[in-house]
Amino acid sequence: MNAFLQRFARNRAAFAGFLVLLAIVAVAIAGPSLFHAGPFELAGPPFSPPFGRYPLGTDMLGRNELAGLVYGARTSLLIGLAATLFATLLGVVIGGLAGYYGGALDHALMRVTEMFQTIPSFLFAILVVAILSPSIRTVILAIAIVSWPPMARLVRGEFRSLRNREFVQACIAMGMSDSRVILLHVLPNCVSSIIVTGSLLVATAILTESALSFLGLSDPNVMSWGFMVGAARDFLQRAWWLCAIPGVAILVTVLAINLVGDGLNDALNPRLRH
Amino acid sequence: MATSSPILDIRNLTVDLPPWADRPQAVSDVSLTLAPDEILCVVGESGSGKSVMARAVMRLLPAPHVRASGGSILLDGEDVLRLSDARMRELRGRRVSMIFQEPMTALNPVKTIGAQIEEVLELHTPLRKRERVPRIVEMLAAVRLPNAAQLVDAYPHQLSGGQRQRAMIAMALILEPALVIADEPTTALDVTTQKGILALFREIQRARHIGVLFITHDFGVVADIADRVAVMQHGRVVEVGTTDAVLNAPTHPYTQALIAAVPSLEPRARRVASEAPVVLRVEGLEKTYHSGGGFGRGRRVVPAVKTIDLTIRHGETLGVVGESGSGKSTLARCIVRLVDAERGAVVMNGVDLMRLSRRELRKHRRQIQTVFQDPYGSLDPRSRIGRLIAEGPIVHGVPEQEALSRAHALLELVGLDPRAADRFPHEFSGGQRQRIGIARALALEPAVLIADEPVSALDVSVQAQVLRLLADIRDRLKLAMLFITHDLRVAAQVCDTIAVMRAGEIVEYGAVGDIFASPSHPYTRELFSAVPGRDWRHPRSPISDPANPP
Amino acid sequence: MSVARDRARYIGWRLAQAVPTLLLIVTLNFLLVHLAPGNAADVLAGEAGSATPQYMAVLRHEFGLDQPLYVQYLDYLRNVVSLDLGYSFREGMPVRDLIATRLGPTLLLMGTTIVLSIGLGVLLGLLAGTRPNSLRDNVISVFALVSYATPLFWVGLMLIVLFAIELRWLPTSGMVNIAAFYTGWAKVGDIARHLVLPAITLSLFYMALYVRLMRASVLEQRDMDYVVTARSKGLTERAITYRHVLRNASLPIVTMAGVQIGNLLGGSVVVETVFGWPGIGLLAYKALFARDLNLLLGVFFVAACLVILVNIVVDVIYTMLDPRIALR
Repeated sequence: MNAFLQRFARNRAAFAGFLVLLAIVAVAIAGPSLFHAGPFELAGPPFSPPFGRYPLGTDMLGRNELAGLVYGARTSLLIGLAATLFATLLGVVIGGLAGYYGGALDHALMRVTEMFQTIPSFLFAILVVAILSPSIRTVILAIAIVSWPPMARLVRGEFRSLRNREFVQACIAMGMSDSRVILLHVLPNCVSSIIVTGSLLVATAILTESALSFLGLSDPNVMSWGFMVGAARDFLQRAWWLCAIPGVAILVTVLAINLVGDGLNDALNPRLRH
Repeated sequence: MATSSPILDIRNLTVDLPPWADRPQAVSDVSLTLAPDEILCVVGESGSGKSVMARAVMRLLPAPHVRASGGSILLDGEDVLRLSDARMRELRGRRVSMIFQEPMTALNPVKTIGAQIEEVLELHTPLRKRERVPRIVEMLAAVRLPNAAQLVDAYPHQLSGGQRQRAMIAMALILEPALVIADEPTTALDVTTQKGILALFREIQRARHIGVLFITHDFGVVADIADRVAVMQHGRVVEVGTTDAVLNAPTHPYTQALIAAVPSLEPRARRVASEAPVVLRVEGLEKTYHSGGGFGRGRRVVPAVKTIDLTIRHGETLGVVGESGSGKSTLARCIVRLVDAERGAVVMNGVDLMRLSRRELRKHRRQIQTVFQDPYGSLDPRSRIGRLIAEGPIVHGVPEQEALSRAHALLELVGLDPRAADRFPHEFSGGQRQRIGIARALALEPAVLIADEPVSALDVSVQAQVLRLLADIRDRLKLAMLFITHDLRVAAQVCDTIAVMRAGEIVEYGAVGDIFASPSHPYTRELFSAVPGRDWRHPRSPISDPANPP
Repeated sequence: MSVARDRARYIGWRLAQAVPTLLLIVTLNFLLVHLAPGNAADVLAGEAGSATPQYMAVLRHEFGLDQPLYVQYLDYLRNVVSLDLGYSFREGMPVRDLIATRLGPTLLLMGTTIVLSIGLGVLLGLLAGTRPNSLRDNVISVFALVSYATPLFWVGLMLIVLFAIELRWLPTSGMVNIAAFYTGWAKVGDIARHLVLPAITLSLFYMALYVRLMRASVLEQRDMDYVVTARSKGLTERAITYRHVLRNASLPIVTMAGVQIGNLLGGSVVVETVFGWPGIGLLAYKALFARDLNLLLGVFFVAACLVILVNIVVDVIYTMLDPRIALR
């Protein structure tokens, strides 16, 4: 554990990403106490420029831009984490069963996975959210449904290769039940890959959510960064910063997550240095 | 004897390793010479520095971490270590070339054999395309590859291991270099294939008068092919001399111990009485692999095991000897039902294991345990070894405390410190890991022990220790053992009975003494004639532990 | 000759295999329609208020909404097979025709994006991977890292702000300048000018992905034994990179490109919306806005077909590049 933390800390970019992420989470948690009235309150005259009376200005209706950012952080993180959690669970179960048991079960599960990978995922997410009408729950569901195939593929690959390793064969030959072998021996040896893939899935989920809300498919009761950009689109000539600022927030968050994910990857799977 | 100047003259070569390696230097102050028309074998175990030295000669060390830091390497008078990059590139392939160990990975998988050989000609000669191709075909024929003209357009994966290695040899020799470095070129090949490649080396070396630096770990190969021998240990040359001198009258203790550790081809006397009760009986075992299949294509059918019958008695060791693809590993897996055979019976103590349901099988599994081949893959990297050993008994109902104390006792039995129970597998060497694997197998107190190539991945000195341990345990616990190997020497030392397998069938079956004295099946005879160094009667010295010479 | 025959047989096999997938997608479409809250006919007609009662009656009859579910399903299947994807009330055209006119621009955009992203991705990834931890590598890697984290719609909007609004070098939206009736080469030039920003926007993310993948692939290949063999023959490092490593390292990119087609189509929805590019992505957005479910489902189905076709092409290309993989 100690060696792992040392390696992670040595990777300065990953560490920086981690700090940024921590800051974003802190801001998200502190949100409601900073802006009691919520992000939809009309705080002042519309189109106030940033660095004036309001730290980041106000939008086309006069809402406080900073409040919007803070509440948007809550939305993105919540949806990103929840969708990834469900996708991971689904992916691990499907991929694990397919990889461990092989044969007909593997074929069937892989056909299903392939089918889901063939469907243009973003279009499908749009469809799901549009039809079930947009809310936090439907957005999480939609993103989870299109995100699980890569995780399933990864877990299947790992389980398959581990299944053929001699130490797993030894366990089976000792008379261990399948569930014991899987839970105590196979799964712990691919946890690191799952974590790394999961962290990158969170980043993708946040990007997907922002794209959905840009197109107008976000929960109307909840402020979201993508929604902020989408709403400001018609005012690009007049107040381009209203589009720019929330986009930067998305960029910074996703970048931080990617850095952490890369750092985790380097720390958990050390390869020969060059 | 060599009056002409040496083609290769290594003087005080030192190669440094990066700071995180387990020792500061791979090669320390090594001096060797190679005459223009001889084969010099460099022998050593893993970590001896022999491969690093070989690569240093061609300046193929993985810079910048592994670097030659001292000494000189004179190739026909030029100091390789001080040449410009351009001059070094000129020499590579033309004056000196290299043949690598694993031909599948040493060849580019997406280029044809012909294209890869042609590259050498393109780089170093002004020949045009239509002049190049005939030369390539001629070279491929010279290394005795069939259908040389068609082979030019073949890809590496379409050839067998032996054919790939011949292609590599063709590539290395096509410009008639003065020096050829062969880095364990036959280690990855079957023994019968190896015989052909070694013969090819001898033939070509004599015909073209090339100096060959041949790296190997196998003394039998040395006996068959070398003019002179150099023995390396921990980055130093400990002994050098003619083959006859070093092999039959070694002076350095390490050499003596190493040679003594090579198992002799003289089989030991049979110990087990022929009326001892039968512990395991296999009848009519059959396993066929089906693969491929799809639209309009036939499914590929590979019969891996075809109707096998064998019996093992109480206290007996049955050896299953065969090359890769013979089905011996599949047989072992079928017996313990890690793989399900289509037909046959595996009877132990009156119970046919093939007929049991998965749940019933689990209970019976404890009676037949396996020791696996790969010391690095056979232990869960995330478990402490005490836990690993105790897990079997725990699964079968033994209380945890008792199982752990049994594990400690077993660690002692296999020659390890019981306090090591809290450590992880990566903290142990290959030989130690095999011992742990044996302890794990014994923890369930099985009636039959299956050893699937348990020493193939180990150095010869460690191999001797582990074999001795196995024999010791087997005698003490009166275990029946099924010993799978491709190495006839090992089989001679360990087994009472032998079954020779080929293409899924047993071609010969009998007492080890009988078969070794007069093999009857042509394949068995072929196997015996392919064992490297079979004519060499090596001295057995009283010191038998190379790791601790006096 | 037999290679061509093998390929034809393989393509036929893959198409046959695609049928169950398409069946599943069609079924999914059907289920989605019936999952939507409200009367299916209302949903299919868009806002119920804007449809005439006669149209609603026709719709109900056409979809047999008074019939049992499985009959509706079979009818729907039959329609899809005969390429009748329904009628868009909003646009006043059959869905099939609508999609047909918009498919071209999307294919143009996607084709350009694929060429750009793979071409630059492979090149930059190669440059980065052959000199790891150098300045060149660090610059390329940082660039890829940031691009990979950037939302598509934001890049598009920022590019518009910079190049179209501030600098006025490029048009803000659309595919052609409608006011000027260009023909021939002038028209091609006009489309090309309009294509620049959307193509760059869509390419950026995928190029970053391929750069990262290629870099890792190059690093992996450089450790392989055949590289040492090549060096032992006297090849220069440059020759080793371009004649040996490049092809082997590119293989995972081809595989990944196939996997990403579906995502690319999704991305084109966003990019076409931002730039007003008249493709099926923008069509989907308009359908969304107008709650024209029929049209949306039609686009979805066509997109899925496109993905399947492109995947087959990619697989065939892969077997041409890697001799170890035989067509099966």
